[in-house]
Amino acid sequence: MAQAPSLAEKNTMKKITLRIARFNPTNDDAKKFMEFNVSYEKWTTVLEAILDVKQHFDHSIAVRYSCRQATCGSCGMIINGKPRLACFTKISELNSNVVTVEPMNNFPIIRDLAVKFERLFDTHHKVKPYLIREDTEISSSTKEFLQTPEELEQYIQFSNCIKCGLCNSACPTMATDSSFVGPQALAQAYRYVADSRDKGKDERLKIIDDSHGIWRCHFAGSCSQVCPKGVDPAMGIQLLRGYMLGFRS
Amino acid sequence: MRESIIMKIHYGTALAAVALVAVHILMRLTQGFAESLEYESVIANYKFIPYAGMLEIILILLSIHGFNGLRVILLELKQGRKYEKAVSYGCVVAMIALIAYGSRTIIMVNTGMM
Amino acid sequence: MTNQDEHKEGIGGMINPRRYGIERVAYLLMRLSGLGLLAYFIGHIYETSSILKGQVGWNEFLAITQTNEGHAILAIVIAMCVFHTVNGIRVMLGHGGVGVGKPARPDYPYIPASQNIRHKMGIYSAIILAAIAMMYGLAVMFGE
Repeated sequence: MAQAPSLAEKNTMKKITLRIARFNPTNDDAKKFMEFNVSYEKWTTVLEAILDVKQHFDHSIAVRYSCRQATCGSCGMIINGKPRLACFTKISELNSNVVTVEPMNNFPIIRDLAVKFERLFDTHHKVKPYLIREDTEISSSTKEFLQTPEELEQYIQFSNCIKCGLCNSACPTMATDSSFVGPQALAQAYRYVADSRDKGKDERLKIIDDSHGIWRCHFAGSCSQVCPKGVDPAMGIQLLRGYMLGFRS
Repeated sequence: MRESIIMKIHYGTALAAVALVAVHILMRLTQGFAESLEYESVIANYKFIPYAGMLEIILILLSIHGFNGLRVILLELKQGRKYEKAVSYGCVVAMIALIAYGSRTIIMVNTGMM
Repeated sequence: MTNQDEHKEGIGGMINPRRYGIERVAYLLMRLSGLGLLAYFIGHIYETSSILKGQVGWNEFLAITQTNEGHAILAIVIAMCVFHTVNGIRVMLGHGGVGVGKPARPDYPYIPASQNIRHKMGIYSAIILAAIAMMYGLAVMFGE
């Protein structure tokens, strides 16, 4: 089978040094960095560069990815110090000759760039991310739950969440608080509370009203700055808190 | 107590304290900063019951706000049942101690028990 | 699970103000000024209790605070107080959902509405007012 030419072999292209964090929790005490010279085009993404290294230099690098189009939320990692999706970040837009990739902060490391998502999914599940009401559209006696475009606008932004975990990685509270429910889950709590079809507002507000719940958000806004889908979790969290402070009903 | 109630108290004490501390500082500035700190002037302030009452309210408001703020920071730094209980009770005890100590000064000077 | 196992950024990550703009700087300053003001408040309660020792005790304690170092510390306290107040009001309004924008269908490049100019202006105002108040405080204290 013909081998695809490596990005590193294309001499006409611009080059960067790709530094990849290596860490295996069962064997290593600390992260180590491996450096690779990688060529890139204007459109080359960080994920493509990592996959190129994996294909031509070191196939043992662990990285999670799937869709390559910022839809599955699998390839979140720290790229040059900030949480980003590797498939959604072009090397050319980083304006640096060195691109450093590390596993996302505030997530346990499986190996190298792959992290565990169990806690993210647990907190997501904790806020009951589904419509709560007694009747259902499925039964034949009930009509379809209708919604006006204005009612849809109230939450549609927050339903764009792909659960990539970048917001939780950027959050300053998550940096030290292992029990904090996190911006991802809080934004999803708002998504359902703001849905006109949902009747579970009180239930959800009760869940997030504890010592490691919504009140541990201090509106630093880092979550919104790193969100690759424009969800703006900081907005959702403040609007959600507005219900608890009596600013909204 | 639910966290929402604690945080509403946190915000409420902050707003009330801002208004009263502003009066407290303006009193220093309107009397002249150095003159207002002279012994006789300070004693006169403490003996004026409305002002002494205001100082007592500021003491309570800022103690609640300050120690709850400290509790929030400490809860975020480390987790665990024992630690969190210790932080919460520790902050309440420190708050009460500070209020008691400050109140002692206000009451003793106001009533002339010096 | 230890911090290492969880791969937490830790305090270093929490207080790092360089990566996420002025909002993260405000977050750090709010914490530092809060802790500083609590420390000053405790000191102030202790300081004022010296009046119970009579005029001599009061004047002795006052002499300690009426130094260049004492004035400098008080100037920093004034700055912390003003910043904490102004930024605190901004944060409180934000917590109520005031000025954080309205939900809408996001468009690329997804500029978050909550990180808007109103809140940025609030932060810059808090910093500028704190600086002005500190300078005014220094003028009052060193002017007398």
